[in-house]
Amino acid sequence: MNKWITSALIVGGLLASQVSSQAVAQDGDKHDAIRLGIDVPYEPFVMRDADGQLEGFEIDLGNELCARANLDCSWVEQSWDGIIPGLLARKYDAILSSMAITPERERQVMFSLPYYNTPSVWITARDRDIDIDDKDSLKGLSVGVQRGTIRDVYVTQEYGDVLDIHRYGSSQDVVNDLKSGRLDLTFEDFPIANDAIDFRKDDSPYKQLGDSIKTPTSIFGKGAAMAFRQRDKDLAAKFDKAICEVYADGTFDKLMEQYFDYDLSVRPSEKDCAK
Amino acid sequence: MEQLSGWFTELLSGNLIFTANTLSFYWDGLVTTVQLVFLCLLLGLVLAVPLAIGRGSKRRWIKLPIYAYTYVFRGTPLLIQLYLVYYGVVFFDGIQDSIFWVVFKQAFFPALIAFTLNTAAYTTEIFHGAIKNTAKGEIEAARAYGMSRKLMMRRIILPSAFRRALPAYGNEVIFMLHASAVASVVTIMDLTGAAYYVYARFYAPFQAFIFVALIYLCLTFSIMFVFRKLEKRLLAHLRPLGG
Repeated sequence: MNKWITSALIVGGLLASQVSSQAVAQDGDKHDAIRLGIDVPYEPFVMRDADGQLEGFEIDLGNELCARANLDCSWVEQSWDGIIPGLLARKYDAILSSMAITPERERQVMFSLPYYNTPSVWITARDRDIDIDDKDSLKGLSVGVQRGTIRDVYVTQEYGDVLDIHRYGSSQDVVNDLKSGRLDLTFEDFPIANDAIDFRKDDSPYKQLGDSIKTPTSIFGKGAAMAFRQRDKDLAAKFDKAICEVYADGTFDKLMEQYFDYDLSVRPSEKDCAK
Repeated sequence: MEQLSGWFTELLSGNLIFTANTLSFYWDGLVTTVQLVFLCLLLGLVLAVPLAIGRGSKRRWIKLPIYAYTYVFRGTPLLIQLYLVYYGVVFFDGIQDSIFWVVFKQAFFPALIAFTLNTAAYTTEIFHGAIKNTAKGEIEAARAYGMSRKLMMRRIILPSAFRRALPAYGNEVIFMLHASAVASVVTIMDLTGAAYYVYARFYAPFQAFIFVALIYLCLTFSIMFVFRKLEKRLLAHLRPLGG
């Protein structure tokens, strides 16, 4: 009996010393296990394969960044309109979910360097004759956007007085109503449109109107970046370094070509990477 | 007026979320919600009276279809009914070219139809219960006077049934106001839609929703007030003397 107690005490003592030595070792390296929040699906950035596993460009990129930063990452699913509150509520430690940098969001979270940027496009039915630059001719037309996105902000600001803006909870709903004929126009993120609406071929039922839109930067921002809680500066710095690395050695381009037939890279400047 | 708007601007200054712009969103939302709820309740009421009479009919071919209708609409969530009407109508081939498209193109009318059918189902059951509970003595007295079934319904059964149904119907009105919050999922900018917009735009869920909750509370209180007054008048005979 005594032996048991003695050995239990020894084991307990060992464990305790183990814990304290770990705590010391981790002091400069608190974020060993990191949870990344992501809104699923957003093809081809993130989707589920036949077995239900997450895959896609952002999953590959995120895992690559984590490997370079020596972090053990796991993914947490979160729907878009609760993704920043979820970060602040510590449901995960960072967002890696195609989140564009905007001043409004910067008040709530801290961003990494941008890792990609995509244009937005106006889309309408092929037989429609609409001039998006002639505002008077747009009166009474309906446009569908996903609520709370930068496209919503842009359309509200630039076309709020002429277009009838319908705001949807998801981009699938926007596409549904474009196809049903309820919407005359949609202003959509290029990748979403590319995936969900057939508009790039000459004989497809929909077409792009005008040029792709990337400005003003005050709305469309510098691009998509990872988002962190304001105080996690060390963690953000690690990912900034990893983003610079994947751009410098061509890993980013390789991943991009694997998933996209258009360019969405935003090469970080040397100044940003020198920090 | 100038003084008022000056006071207003001062009140809002330094506030990033509740600008004049977002407040106008809330105001438009309030107007839409009140319109939608008032119209669907009115239409639902008009539908429910004949349906409630039919529901109590002895003829099975009248009674059963009405029962099936109320059973289905009370047995499924309003959100599902709204989705089915809004997205479901698109599956009818060629509806885009028909005259119905004028109605179904906007989100307002599909929502109005779904809400009306839903509240009519509940109201039918409320009225049916009240009609069934008419005191036997009242009916026997009417018969003794030689009233026809129609006249008896009009003069005796319905007036007393409506009075008895009033408290339950008041509840249904309040439930419908709250249920109308689902309208925002089909792009209607009602009160909840406005709150969602402010939430998504500023990432401020607490402020956006607490504000809209207060507006709903005010609406509920005014509905309760109206029904309390009505009950006091119409159900005076049920109160104890001097009470």
